[in-house]
Amino acid sequence: MATIKIPPVLRGSVGGEKEVSASGSNVGEVLRELASQHPETESQLFSEDGELNRYVNVYLNDEDVRVLDGLGTGVSDSDTIVILPAMAGGCR
Amino acid sequence: MASGAELIRKIKEQIEEVDPKDVHELQQNGNGAVIVDVREQHEFEQSHVPGAVHVPRGHLESRIEGTVGDRSKRVILYCASGSRSALAAHTLQEHLGYEDVASMRGGITLWKDRGYDVDVPRSLTAEQRERYSRHILVPEVGLEGQLKLLDAKVLLLGAGGLGSPAALYLAAAGVGTIGIVDNDVVDLSNLQRQVAHSNDRIGVPKVDSAEISIHEINPDVNVEKHNVRLGPDNIVEIIEGYDVVVDGLDNFPTRYLLNDASVRLQIPVVSASILGFEGQLSVFHPYEGPCYRCLYPTPPPAELAPSCGAAGVLGVLPGVMGLLQSVEVIKLVTGAGDTMAGRLLLYDALGTTFTELKVRRDPDCPICSRDPGDISDEEMGVFPDYEAFCAGAG
Repeated sequence: MATIKIPPVLRGSVGGEKEVSASGSNVGEVLRELASQHPETESQLFSEDGELNRYVNVYLNDEDVRVLDGLGTGVSDSDTIVILPAMAGGCR
Repeated sequence: MASGAELIRKIKEQIEEVDPKDVHELQQNGNGAVIVDVREQHEFEQSHVPGAVHVPRGHLESRIEGTVGDRSKRVILYCASGSRSALAAHTLQEHLGYEDVASMRGGITLWKDRGYDVDVPRSLTAEQRERYSRHILVPEVGLEGQLKLLDAKVLLLGAGGLGSPAALYLAAAGVGTIGIVDNDVVDLSNLQRQVAHSNDRIGVPKVDSAEISIHEINPDVNVEKHNVRLGPDNIVEIIEGYDVVVDGLDNFPTRYLLNDASVRLQIPVVSASILGFEGQLSVFHPYEGPCYRCLYPTPPPAELAPSCGAAGVLGVLPGVMGLLQSVEVIKLVTGAGDTMAGRLLLYDALGTTFTELKVRRDPDCPICSRDPGDISDEEMGVFPDYEAFCAGAG
């Protein structure tokens, strides 16, 4: 199973974990598996038409899946998937 | 016992001497030889051969490796008349294992007699030389890098958690002009992390408070205060003329606005953001690397974009991230090292992990795929669902 790194804003939806594991042969399957294990993440990751939300960046190891094969990018057990929403915070 | 003159004559027989004409030709061809001036500091400052590096003969053994690490490289030494450089060449060749060393015959005196150009460098005052001595000793900064820092104009967007450490360290580093944009006043709850402010300045505008701290550490810094909120109506006017912008902004609309204005004006932005125990860092260098929109084409909905005010932050975290930003600023100004352009660093303070991700330029980026002159006032800072986002963010 691949490892998924969960950003701070999504941790509440996965029981506070920083990393979770999910199986799947490509990035889309792994994220779908994540969403079925933790249903609250579904609407945060996917739009209503089933596409990845545009404000969520997904990396396979250190590479943006947008420059690979998107959700169809193949995943092996040793891979790490990073979910990265934009953060705006400075601190006033 | 040999006289000094005899010793020098004998040494010259054991080393290679080259004529200024040959050195000048080498320089024109740009063949990679290193030209080293071995005279004293005050002599080097008066004038030197263009492109020469300075390693005074008294520090030759301890400093030459920092300047010329590769012993097989062609090294040409010179002094005023060719004697000191002959002795230095002998030392490099016989005692330090440099394989291709020569001394320039007649030194800079003959060089000038031949009519070749010299550089008359700017220099530091005695006080500046003392203040920045630890920079000058580092070859990657050196006198040249310090002069670049003194000439640099750096704009801090926000004098808060990220801007405070950046203000203090960039002032200490000798950045000549530091601009600060902030329309807030110091609040007690800021002092857990905003180290440019202090207990006795609660209620004081942050730009004034930061100026006091900057001048306490380095009175030579010119501080430009912008006690305003950055918006579409003033951004171009404010950021124009700065060499680097340090982004410590706390909201998405202004980050997109900054991105678009900085791409149009081609000013690199060192960007960081923080939340809880985690920070992100990157450099957006217009047309040399991706821009903020290449990384984040659209912001998340407001519920996925909490602010530090709402969600809290470890007070030390903006210190770490603000100083990582400061390092990037120094590198952009001096040209040393590799910046974070094209890379995104994620720092997790709880786990002490650093994760680096690649950031690519988006060939279809709505902003940086176009010529800077084509980016209009009207479209700057605009992103899909902007109105809804701002309504949601309250």
